[in-house]
Amino acid sequence: MESDDVIEVLVCRGTGCESSKSDVLQERLVEEVQRHGLDGRVVVKRVGCHGLCQQGPVIAIEPEGLFYCQVKESDIPEIVESHFVKGQPVERLFYEAPDGKRIPHYRDIPFYSEQQRVILAKSGHIDPGEIDDYVAAGGYKGLERALKEMTPDEVVAEVERSGLRGRGGAGFPTGLKWKFARRSPGDVKYAICNADEGDPGAFMDGSILIADPHAVLEGLSIAAYAIGAHEAFIYVRHEYPAAVASLKRAIAQSYERGFLGKDILGTGFDLDIKMMEGAGAFVCGEETALMASIEGRRGMPRPRPPFPVESGLWGKPTVINNVKTLAAVSLILRNGADWFRSIGTEGSPGTAIFSLTGKVRNTGLVEVPMGATLRHIIFDVGGGVKEGRKFKAVQTGGPAGGCLPAEKLDLPVDFDSLKAAGAIMGSGGMIVMDESTCMVDVARYFLSFTQAESCGKCTPCRVGTLQMLRLLDKIRSGRGEEGDIEKLLALCDTVVKGSLCGLGQNAPNPVLTTIQYFRDEYEAHIRDKVCPAMVCKDLIKFVIDPDKCIGCGACARICPTGAARGEKESVHTIEQELCIKCGACYEVCPPRARAVMKVPVGQTLEGAKGGAE
Amino acid sequence: MPDQTRAELASRLIPMLQEIQEELGYIAPEAVEWLSEHLGVSKQEIFGVATFYNFFRLNPPGRHEIHVCLGTACHVGGGEKLLDTIREKLGIEPGETTPDGRFSLERVACVGACALAPTVVVDGEVHGRMTQRSLKRLLDRIEREDREAMGGK
Ligand SMILES: Cc1cc2nc3c(=O)[nH]c(=O)nc-3n(C[C@H](O)[C@H](O)[C@H](O)COP(=O)(O)O)c2cc1C
Ligand code: FES
Ligand code: FES
Repeated sequence: MESDDVIEVLVCRGTGCESSKSDVLQERLVEEVQRHGLDGRVVVKRVGCHGLCQQGPVIAIEPEGLFYCQVKESDIPEIVESHFVKGQPVERLFYEAPDGKRIPHYRDIPFYSEQQRVILAKSGHIDPGEIDDYVAAGGYKGLERALKEMTPDEVVAEVERSGLRGRGGAGFPTGLKWKFARRSPGDVKYAICNADEGDPGAFMDGSILIADPHAVLEGLSIAAYAIGAHEAFIYVRHEYPAAVASLKRAIAQSYERGFLGKDILGTGFDLDIKMMEGAGAFVCGEETALMASIEGRRGMPRPRPPFPVESGLWGKPTVINNVKTLAAVSLILRNGADWFRSIGTEGSPGTAIFSLTGKVRNTGLVEVPMGATLRHIIFDVGGGVKEGRKFKAVQTGGPAGGCLPAEKLDLPVDFDSLKAAGAIMGSGGMIVMDESTCMVDVARYFLSFTQAESCGKCTPCRVGTLQMLRLLDKIRSGRGEEGDIEKLLALCDTVVKGSLCGLGQNAPNPVLTTIQYFRDEYEAHIRDKVCPAMVCKDLIKFVIDPDKCIGCGACARICPTGAARGEKESVHTIEQELCIKCGACYEVCPPRARAVMKVPVGQTLEGAKGGAE
Repeated sequence: MPDQTRAELASRLIPMLQEIQEELGYIAPEAVEWLSEHLGVSKQEIFGVATFYNFFRLNPPGRHEIHVCLGTACHVGGGEKLLDTIREKLGIEPGETTPDGRFSLERVACVGACALAPTVVVDGEVHGRMTQRSLKRLLDRIEREDREAMGGK
């Protein structure tokens, strides 16, 4: 049989799809393929995140590039029989565009066609558990070129020339960092991959480790060669068990195949890579804290200088780079610096990877050239705001970042422009918010996170963030007073200026940007005691509109405290004394009734209804 | 082990704590004692490290471990409400275990399935796009299965 007759069935086993049981889909596919005697002609493979997690679990059929969305276990026999046996693809599982049309090939879906997937090109297309797949896709060519054709200095120069800037958040030029480490005196040096992915609400780095681990190992090996290290570490966030497993397997295979260990590729270069799991501390993503953690101590940042490139792990010169930075390095060494420079902008060459989440239609992993606008990412790739609601803000950069309003949608995304607008590029978290998101609540959310994660070493960070948190709580609960916004701003200033590490220095960003762009929302909480987005619990109450209630009893059944009550078939009510405002009744009230309403505490249902009209 | 420096031993502290927690489900006091002797690190230092990192727990977990994601995507998607559901249903706060030792509740900041927010992890299995209703059903199912398992004895 001709080899191009082989149908490859790629089952997405990224974290998103796996949470909707894609492992079961893969098992069933294998069974059905065997049952029909298609072994050999149909090959079922596991892949990492394909990108469009929103439509998960997804299955891609190659080489045609067909794409099945939201596949259920019960769809498997039909896929095998109709598609693989009879050659008739199952159209009802194709992607459904907003206009109702079905799009068979993923490359025609705007989510994909509007992207430029370079670093993510292999994610979702190769089996991450098979090093041969990576090699067949051109993998380890970059390492080979570096080791066999270039001196370490030439490698550093190539990376410098590419203009690559660190993808971990700060955007520091990678080549420069390597040059410093290379020049630092000493025989023992270390290279570290920062895979701690601390941003709570982002999954780029973890996804790359699951989908394409060798790209990161290759980049790390190149970094080690360039600076003269023979030992390297990968520090992985422990909340990602699948990434840990994927890396373990990839490292073992690399040793077997001579890409790691002694005399790599016969060039005389030795390198060992060790993996270490984090233990759930956000601050450990900061480079000096991360190194303390590898050394077995509490992960507390220390002042710099000395910088890690001079004195890092165990006091030795150390280079530490983010997962995406290293994945880009592999490609730069393979395709050359000029190729990399041809993508993106002058000041920020290459691509930007985001995990696009929140109230956006197409949630998933996105890669666009640097300089693409926020509008392009959120509307062209992301398909706009979910359920036709109105865009309110986009948050980038996680707890160190900021919220940007609709006026900033045409901002080209790169390290410098986002920073100028008060947000930061960050590592790649991008969360879209609509009218139902309260900006005071969001600011408070991030601050409560950084406050809890502050290592406590320096006072401005520890105490300042706590005071800010108290003020935000006060505003959120309707006890805010005139002057509180100014107090917040003054505290922001103290914390920014007085903190030792990036955690504290950037912690005020979410507060600063929400005040800058959504000050009226703060004022509504303070002056009118109203939460315009109807989120802040102390400022809203749940009531049932007697004109709309159909007496289905759904609210009474779900209510955990017995506050929602009523006779079957008759109008229900909510006992305010018992209500804990969990909103369960609001969630379950059937769409045809929509009788449960959120009303500002100070108002009656009639008042609120009157105001809405 | 004379061929290992103190620094090398110390760097094994966190991986060993992780192994212990994997085995026992928590960092038992006896384990700390043993580690202290084995690695030559004081008990205070070990407790200092164990309490610094969110991952380590010093009390035994329940038979079913529930982690409610309160990462940003899940927060914006209504993760707090899921926490309310569990609080009310099981009567425990994050960090606690039900008196009968069946359930323990923790919060987690992102499990990497943000595209399907809000998520809840039960016994290591990620459940995406949770609603208060589906979470309640999931908990009911676990309780039912437990009861059946007990009854089957
Ligand atoms: C509080 C804090 C948390 C951080 N978390 C991460 C992280 O999770 N991942 C990461 O790559 N960099 C993180 N960084 C940035 C690192 O300190 C460091 O700059 C980065 O790993 C360097 O890699 P790059 O040059 O490739 O970006 C964090 C910084 C701070 C201040
Ligand atoms: S996890 Fe399957 S598409 Fe992202
Ligand atoms: S924020 Fe909950 S899974 Fe990422």
